[in-house]
Amino acid sequence: MTFGSLLSALALGLLTSVNIFVFTLVFSLPLGMLIAFGRMSKILPVRLFFQLYISVMRGTPLMLQLIVCFFGPYYLFGWSLPVWYRMMSVILAFSLNYAAYFAEIYRAGIQSIPIGQYEAANVLGFTPAQTFRKIILPQVIKRVIPPVTNEVITLVKDTSLAFSLSIMEMFTIAKQIASTHTTLLPLVVAGIFYYVFNLVVASGMQMIEKKLDYYR
Amino acid sequence: MSVMSVSHISKKFGELNVLRDISLQVEKGEVISIIGPSGSGKSTFLRCCTLLEYIDSGSLAYGDLVICKDGQYCPKKVQKEARRHFGLVFQNFNLFPHYSVLRNIMEAPVSVLKRDEDEVREDAMRLLREEGLEDKADAYPWQLSGGQQQRIAIARALALHPDILFFDEPTSALDPELTSGILKVIRQLAVEKMTMVIVTHEIHFARNVSDRIIFMADGVIVEEGPAKALIDTPNNPRTKAFLAKMDERD
Repeated sequence: MTFGSLLSALALGLLTSVNIFVFTLVFSLPLGMLIAFGRMSKILPVRLFFQLYISVMRGTPLMLQLIVCFFGPYYLFGWSLPVWYRMMSVILAFSLNYAAYFAEIYRAGIQSIPIGQYEAANVLGFTPAQTFRKIILPQVIKRVIPPVTNEVITLVKDTSLAFSLSIMEMFTIAKQIASTHTTLLPLVVAGIFYYVFNLVVASGMQMIEKKLDYYR
Repeated sequence: MSVMSVSHISKKFGELNVLRDISLQVEKGEVISIIGPSGSGKSTFLRCCTLLEYIDSGSLAYGDLVICKDGQYCPKKVQKEARRHFGLVFQNFNLFPHYSVLRNIMEAPVSVLKRDEDEVREDAMRLLREEGLEDKADAYPWQLSGGQQQRIAIARALALHPDILFFDEPTSALDPELTSGILKVIRQLAVEKMTMVIVTHEIHFARNVSDRIIFMADGVIVEEGPAKALIDTPNNPRTKAFLAKMDERD
């Protein structure tokens, strides 16, 4: 196998990895906010439910969750799902898992906003919804960017867990080529790809952080 | 009709009686200062007047708008309406850090009162000019001194044209040399006949700017009267003791 064809095979895999990455963020970032609200709900059963949810999602391996998501519908209900469900189950499991982590980051962010901000907004006549949207959320976003960056970087590397469902993402492909050709090179190249991917992600997040630097 | 009328209000935090049977009528154009040792319930009283805390019993009304009658609050919608009648200046300013000075002042008139944005901007710039801060319109709160931040907070409250303005220890978080600037702004508002209730530790200021002074301790009004008379010739021994202590401090 030439180096060129190795690169193009891995690049194709990278495309799938990026797919998992992007879709997971698109779903889990907003979902995390809903879970954070549930976790902070005044209604006890709701709060307990989301507490349990977060506890399970953080307390069990993501790989196990992937496998349950994919095989669960068949073993539990006897449903045989179409081919595309393989990729969907990956995005589903990743989104549900990452949303739990994001929820806790958001919760910490929301609770770190001084009570005086709510009180000032209240006295000025803002509705609770306006207060959250205009006053609280923008400040929360600024505060959660560093911990969210951590999670996002972990997600780039975690996309490789999709190999457990034989998704043709970069790691799966690198591992296949490595074992057929008995060489470590594909894994090294894949490692470099992941690293560059993360450099791009980290500098993107840094740009956002810098953009929000105009206030303290 | 009184701008604000409070009668026989009480407030408990758990077992602790923070406010006991407080009554107060504030007339249009009046300036009232509330003094007293810390923990006397002064701030809680303001927080009850501004609906940040709810009273357990008694009544609260702004003009003819009854907000609470014998411990029964009016619907939330009416409470929202009531918020248009008052403004509150906090001890630690509570400006919105992510908004520019101008937007801090404009946001509530525009998005709460739905007033025309250009009109509000003109209004806000006028307020900034009066405070000598028009060059700070585009600055962010962190770029300002505490005194400037507090003056912006006052402008933010005034932009809603409240009938009555409450101050909760407006100079307590400031360095002594910044205090006088804030007191000057409040004095100017008094000249303009703004109705105000001020919780403060600045006894001399209270004496000079107020029409009436209320001395509170342990959740009750111990003594009240015309400002100069109460400070110069207090009747109640507790008032005397408190004023003597404050004198020592100076």
